[in-house]
Amino acid sequence: MDLASAQVIGAGLAAVGVGAAAIGVGNVFGSFLESAIRNPAAADSQQGRLFIGFAAAELLGLIAFAVAMIILYAR
Amino acid sequence: MAAETKIDPMHQFQISPLAGHLDGSPFVFTNSALWMFVVLALVWLFMLGGMKRQLVPTRWQAMVEGMTGFVTSMVATNIGPEGKKFVPWVFTIFMFILFANLLGLMPFALVGAQPFTVTSQFTVTGVMAIISFSIVLIVGFWRHGFHFFKLFIPHGTPIGLLPLIFLIELLSFMVRPFSLALRLFVAMIAGHILVEVFGSFVVQGLNAGGIGPAISLLSFVFIAGVMALEVLVCAIQAYVFALLTSLYINDAVNLH
Repeated sequence: MDLASAQVIGAGLAAVGVGAAAIGVGNVFGSFLESAIRNPAAADSQQGRLFIGFAAAELLGLIAFAVAMIILYAR
Repeated sequence: MAAETKIDPMHQFQISPLAGHLDGSPFVFTNSALWMFVVLALVWLFMLGGMKRQLVPTRWQAMVEGMTGFVTSMVATNIGPEGKKFVPWVFTIFMFILFANLLGLMPFALVGAQPFTVTSQFTVTGVMAIISFSIVLIVGFWRHGFHFFKLFIPHGTPIGLLPLIFLIELLSFMVRPFSLALRLFVAMIAGHILVEVFGSFVVQGLNAGGIGPAISLLSFVFIAGVMALEVLVCAIQAYVFALLTSLYINDAVNLH
């Protein structure tokens, strides 16, 4: 296998991490919605924490994307 | 597979000098600098239009006050009454990132200008993250001296675990500026690459003939959706950057 095809395959494998992060982000918002419906009065005060959780989960997916880009454009 | 044009999604992030050469002087006016000035001018105009302090606010003033009120309340809930000193910095990065992100989405290519997203450069977001991190360090050591290191030891840590916990907390602390900068820049790059690639699909599909135009239409509808999502991401990334900055400053001001 030459380098170019190995790079493309590697970048594709690295992109799996983005999907995993999607599960994480969905989990964050899903759990928030679930508990916000049970106690709507407390929902607004927790929005800051919601976005912290979202940022933490999203970051790992973005790192996976960065890794894919580094593999893809490495020389 | 004849005459296949290669999609080059990275071209839009290229920094090109507007005057002089990049390898000559270290100070060259590039397209990145130009767009930063555009962002600066827009933020300035936006703020200037709403800072007339009328008793009965106009719509514009209500808009500006909404922005300032939003950031002020965010800082107040996260840092407490002492957070007022840090509102200028948090508000500055929030507005700069928001305007730069949204400006990058504008279809300037229609009028011939080469659009450029300032926040899609790691150097730009990195500098903003480093300034935020420096504020945390300076404020932390200024207020607490060497007690600032207590930040790395949570309450009630068993003595045996102390070195390990200290190391982990130190590592998670040191990685903050990178995560702060990386998040914004990668989110911007990813969105723009996606739009660019599917935009090329539209053009290539129209040129291909056969089933091509159908694929073009699908891509076009997809881009419309992605663009809406991108506007949301722009706002969320600006909000997250400001929120995390205020959280980190809270660590420095109040130590846990």
